[in-house]
This record gives sequence, structure tokens and C-alpha cells, in this order.
Amino acid sequence: MSGVASPATTLLRMSGIEKSFLGVQVLHGVDLDLRAGEVHALIGENGAGKSTLMKILAGVYQADGGTVQLDGETVAFEHPLLAQQAGVSTVFQEFNLLPERTVAENVFLGREPRRNRLVDAGRMNADTAALLDDLGLTWLRPETRVSSLSVAGQQIVEIVKALSYDARIISMDEPTAALADEEVELLYRLIAKLKERGVAILYVSHRLKEIFDLSDRVTILKDGALVDTVATSDITSDELVRKMVGRPIASFFPDKLPGTEAGDVRLEIRQGGNEQLDGIDLDVRGGEIVALAGLQGSGRTEIAHALFGVDRFTRGTVRLDGRPLTARTPRQAVRAGLALVTEDRKGEGLVLNQSIAANARLVLDAVLPRRASQGARRIPGILSSLELVSRGSSQEVRFLSGGNQQKVVLAKWLATEPKVIVLDEPTRGIDVGAKERVYTLMRELSAQGVAILMISSELPEVIGMADRIVVLRDGRVAGELPAGADEETVMALATGHETEGTKR
Amino acid sequence: MSRAVAVAGTGKAARRRLGATELVWLALAGVLVIGAILVALDDQNLFSIANTRDILSRSSLLGFVAIGQTLVILCRSLDLSVGYVMALSSLIAATTMNGDPARVPLAIVAVLLVAGGIGLCNGLIVSVLKVNPFIATLGVGLIIKGYLDTEYQGPAGAVPSSFQQFGFSRIGPVPLSTLVMLAVAVAGILFLRKTRTGYHMFAVGGSADVARLSGIRTGRVLVTAHVLCSIAAGIAGLLIAARFGTGSALVYNSGYDLESIAAVVLGGTLLLGGRGGIAGTIAGVLILAVLDTVFNILAVDPFFKDVLRGTIIVAAVAIYARRQIDRKASRVRFGGDGGSGGTAPPEPRPDQPTPELAGGSR
Repeated sequence: MSGVASPATTLLRMSGIEKSFLGVQVLHGVDLDLRAGEVHALIGENGAGKSTLMKILAGVYQADGGTVQLDGETVAFEHPLLAQQAGVSTVFQEFNLLPERTVAENVFLGREPRRNRLVDAGRMNADTAALLDDLGLTWLRPETRVSSLSVAGQQIVEIVKALSYDARIISMDEPTAALADEEVELLYRLIAKLKERGVAILYVSHRLKEIFDLSDRVTILKDGALVDTVATSDITSDELVRKMVGRPIASFFPDKLPGTEAGDVRLEIRQGGNEQLDGIDLDVRGGEIVALAGLQGSGRTEIAHALFGVDRFTRGTVRLDGRPLTARTPRQAVRAGLALVTEDRKGEGLVLNQSIAANARLVLDAVLPRRASQGARRIPGILSSLELVSRGSSQEVRFLSGGNQQKVVLAKWLATEPKVIVLDEPTRGIDVGAKERVYTLMRELSAQGVAILMISSELPEVIGMADRIVVLRDGRVAGELPAGADEETVMALATGHETEGTKR
Repeated sequence: MSRAVAVAGTGKAARRRLGATELVWLALAGVLVIGAILVALDDQNLFSIANTRDILSRSSLLGFVAIGQTLVILCRSLDLSVGYVMALSSLIAATTMNGDPARVPLAIVAVLLVAGGIGLCNGLIVSVLKVNPFIATLGVGLIIKGYLDTEYQGPAGAVPSSFQQFGFSRIGPVPLSTLVMLAVAVAGILFLRKTRTGYHMFAVGGSADVARLSGIRTGRVLVTAHVLCSIAAGIAGLLIAARFGTGSALVYNSGYDLESIAAVVLGGTLLLGGRGGIAGTIAGVLILAVLDTVFNILAVDPFFKDVLRGTIIVAAVAIYARRQIDRKASRVRFGGDGGSGGTAPPEPRPDQPTPELAGGSR
């Protein structure tokens, strides 16, 4: 194995990669090649297939079709360890570190150097120190416990660990997602060092600035298909955004029901902030659908959680129908008339091994016991109006399809007659028919004067349903767009392209 | 562009916060001081030869069991069968020796083999059959109990006086059994700090996924921990045989299983695995032994004694839990301290060129 390859050598070639999950194809014949000493950015919207492609490279998933060639030899990594031993390391968003162990113990985990059959801690620390010094990371010591490091420090430990395997390819999944600005700077310098050594870096990121700062080439994915691979110097950020978005908007978004009109402000957030959010101003009127758009991690779900008292706002005020709302727990939020359809349907929305009826009554029984029996009488009606397909209300919800499960979640919340309903990715993973039913339901609710805050990663859905679109970026409101804004404008705001002037 | 700023808590790392182990030994010192004062108020001396001996011999028996228990708990497992293994071991030892000093080595080997075999079963049930360790070891323990209850109605076998020395002889005020226990403890500490398997126990308990992704054969590590734990319980069984002069099936009623877990947790090992060590466990064992001795000297009501012991264990774990909380799971974007969690930004070294990053590609 040659340590340093001359630039422009193609180290890795992935061609025609296909992958499906449960019959849904998420990668359609994607090609990607990596050259020694280049930073290759991989960009695309949420769900475009970036992470899947990366995990195939890392050996976490196996491709259904296509080939991966490393140094001209076809390889198929069945286990992340095999990829790592072949020189392909991956730094995932969630760290693979043991917080209670030291930097050196983590870097050499599983292959601790030994002398006379005993672990040679001295050599392990010295080797780690050498790796760190080589990268100019003299402030990071091998004996430091990982839990005492910041997120950036832990990320660096991951990268050092990758390097200690003589990695020639390091892929990084949104490495800056959890970093503060000055820490990003540190990562930039580290990446430059790696480039000098001839390491190829696959850099997955949403942030256009980083892509232009760092990358030599960029590959754009959209809906699991390759759009283009271009030299970063040959493309403008406008063109990049245009390539990421733009697909025919399906026509199944129902029109507003007659008589729907925006009423008084029902939900009002002023200067809301906590550890993840800052300066959030947001109004939702009765009869209005406001969409929260933004990239993953931009603070959309955090707003829902803050409203619902999970990680509440520590600054600013929230009013519901003019009355101050200070929900410290979800119970208080529900009592005040708020409903939250969570993103994670199976984990947070349903008790999977209980019946439809029990799930639908869940919130009523738990939070509003005095109204429970009265409310429960409406549940069969709600369920049938949602066109739930099941073998009766005693069926366990885990046997339902995703769409029908979502209907049960919706019924559970509708039974509480909420004033404001927050829908976090309401159509994720459900079939087209159920999607249409959810959209129609949203229209019906707004006709009844319910205020709806919809969080969605699907731009067509945001554009097709919302009366207003509030775009978030890095925990702040990046801007607000009227109904009918196009995908590019939303994406540009969300990625931080052309923002100077619009905000801050 | 701004110069790079730092990330790690350099200062924090240099001035290490008081570790859990140090904290437990401090607590032990505190318990000794308070105990001594209480005993002195009763016109007695906690550190008299007799009392010291009492503390130490109490701690040796529990010590063996707790050392083994530490290993399995570090791996995020648990062993509830230790009490039954002790009882069975004492019987195997006493009946094999049967009063003949020449058969002592044979008996010791037999005990260690049987105990190790039980540990192997525990480990395999937990790692291969994926049975929750609580249930797995309880089940194995009940099987042993069934055997003991049907085969042995009362004490059985006889231990020759030469082997009884293990239970009774002393070097100065220190019982031989305590010295052996401390030697085992030192061996255990070296095992955890010096062997790969020891390192990997922390990894398996800390995160089985991380361990597996790093190429560690997690099942093998877990089985090793269980085998060593049962062997430690077997040694405790030998000690019982030496002390009683005979094997006793009723030892399993003495509650060593739960008490050993209490000592481990009191010693600062995380019940969820991945952190802790034998040094802390020994301190935990000594704390429990000192408490018992003090209660005995003061003739505290047995019920009140248990209440106090329970309270102390719960309080200790609550204190550890408090110390856990400061670990942040997610980054603080908008916090008072800027969120990086670091201190003392190191200046970039002057001799190290800061590469121009964006320039190259545009």
C-alpha cells in the first residue's frame, strides 16, 4: 500500500450504486470518484441520498447494485471494520467514542499496542501524541478523557482515529453541524493538513460556504440520483442551488376550502430562545398554515419542542390566543390547547403494541381525564373521517401501515380539540393516498380556524401547502417567504446563500 | 479570518477533577472518622486490634465476590448467581477434602473448575442467547439452588485444619484471607489496566456498538468477565469452607449477591457499565465492613442497621448521579459561555504555517 499517492490519482470509484430500503429505492445508479488529495463535497437536499451513499462506502450498508473500486480493485465492505482496514474511514455525525476513556484509549481501541502480552500504555500515548503533533494539535493530549472535550475536540479524536488506521479516504458526514464558528476554523486547518498528505476527503455538508471554502470538486445528488459532478471553481452558488432543487411539484395538494380565512393570531412567539434557538419571532393565525423550512438541525424540531415544553424557551415569550403560555411540560402544553405530531411516529407518537383505540385515547386519558370519555366518543368518527384502514379498533398499531399509523396519531391529537397543532414531518414515510388525506385534513382544520405550524423537509409540500414559509438557519429565523415562493429561494435562504442583506 | 481558537479543556485536563475512586476512598476515611468518634463516645476504640480484625475479616469475604462483580458490571452485565456459587463451592471444597490435607489442592482445582464452568454458562447465556443478565444469572442461580436444596440438607464434608488456616491465621492484625483478597484485587486492577481484555471490558460496557465497530469480539469479553466473576465467588466459597470447617448450603441466604452489587456501585462503578474499577470497589467493601463493625460495637438495632445501610447506598448513588449530569449531550448554540466548553485557547504555534484554504481551489 502506498502511503502518499500523487495528486489526481483516482483512489476510489463508485459506479452505478443502487440501494433500496423496504422497496423504496433511495439511490438510483449513483457514480462517484475520489482522487488522492482532494476534498470532494457531496451535496443535496435532506433525503437526497448523501448519507446512504456514505454508509455504503463505509460498509454500514451494502449496495444492491453497482461496484466500488478501490485502487482499481473491486471491493465490497461487509463491515465498517473491513472498510477501515482497507483505508476507508468515516466520521459519522454520532460519534463512535467511549466518553469515559482517554483520547489514546479511544484511538487505539481494539488494537492496543502490547509488550510482553501486556498493553503498553506508554507507547500508546506516545503514538497518539505523535499523531496529534503531526497535525499540529499540540493542545490535545492523549491522556485527556474524551468526555471532557468539546464536540469539536471529539470530532478531532475521530479524525485522528481514522488516520491511525492509515486512512487514505476519510468521509465526513456534516462535520460542522455541531461546531461553533471558531471550531470550524480548526477543522478547516485539519482538512488542509490531510490534503497535503494525499488523503482524499469526502465531505458531506449542507453549507454552501464550506463547500466553496474547502472543496475541489462537488457532486450533487437529488432524490437519490446523480445530478452532476463539477469542479467547484467552475460553478457558482446560484447554479449549485439550482441543481439541488427543482422537480415537478405534484399536483395533489388540495386547494383551500371555501371560507378559510386567516383570523386572529393564535400562536405568537416573541424573541424565543434557548440553548439551540435564538431570537425566534413567529406568528400563526387561526386558519393559517405556516411552514417551518430549513435544513436538518436548523432548529425546526427544536421550536416544536420548545413550544411543547420539552426543551422550553428560556428567553422570550409565547402567547396562545393572547394568553401567555409557559409550558414546562408537555402536559401543560396540551392543557393549553397545543398538539404536537412528532417526527418520530413509532418512537414518540404511538405505543406500538397497544390497540388503535388505546392509542387514540392516550392523550385524553393521560392529560384531560375529565374530558376523556366525552372526547373518546368522537374518536371513531375522527378515525373513519381519516379513512383509517384497519381490522377494527382493537388491532395493535404496529401492524398498521405507516400511513394508517399516522392517522392514529392525528386522531389522538384531534380528539383533544387543539387550538394550535404542530405537525413535524407529517407525511414522512407514508404512502401517497395517506399523504393526500393528511393534506386534506390540514385544509379542513384551517377552515375550522385551527392554527397549523408545519415542519417539513419536503420543499414541494412546504410550497404546496403553506400560506407563509418561515425559513430557519442555525437556530435563527433566516427569513420569511410568502406562499408560492419557489424552491430555489427557500433553499438559498436555508443554506445561507445570498443572505447578506436579508438578515443580520 | 480569525485565528483558530481552541476546543479542548486544556486547563480542565491538567487539573483533573476528583475522580470517583478518590471520592470513595475519601468517603471511607470519612466513615472511619465518624465511626471512630461514635465508638469513642461509647468509650471504646474502633481501631483496637479486635475491631480492626473484625473489619478486615468481614471485608475479605465480600471483597472476593465484589471484585468479580466489578468485572461483570463494568461490562454492563450483572451476576445474581454468586451467592449460590459460593454455597456450592464451599460444599465441593469440604466434601472433596473430606478431612484429608492431601486432597486440598484437588479440592481447590475442583472448585475453581466448577465455578468457572458456571461463569461460562452465565456468559454464554448472556452473550449468545442474549438473555438479560438479570434473568440469566438468576435462572442459573436457581438451578444451583435446586441442586443444593435436594442434595444437601445440612452441613457436609470436613475441612482439614491445615486449610482452615486460610480462614483463621493472621499476620499481625491482618487476616490471611484479607491479604489474599487484596492480592486478588491487585491482580484484578492490573488485569483491567494492563491487558487488552481488560481495556475491552470498559469498551463493551461503555458502548457495545463502538466496541464492535472497533473489531472487539464483545461476546468473548463478556464471557471472560463472567468466568472470572464466578471464579472469584468460588474463592469466596473456599474461604467459607475454611471458616466453617465444613460446607454449607445455606450461605446463599446471606445476601452476598445483592451486597456485592451494592459494594461495587458504592465504589463508583457505573451500574450501566464502562466506568469504574476494582480500587473503588475495595473502598466500597471496606465502607460496608466498617459500618457493620460500628453498628455491632454500638449494638444498633438490626432493623435500624439495615435502614441505615440502605440509606447510605442510595445516597451515595444519588451523589454519583449528580456528578454525571454535567455531561452535555448536545452542543449549546446560544449559551452564556459561548458554548465551546473550552478554556484557555492556545495560540497557534508561530512556526506552524497556517495554510490558505480556499485559495487553492478557486
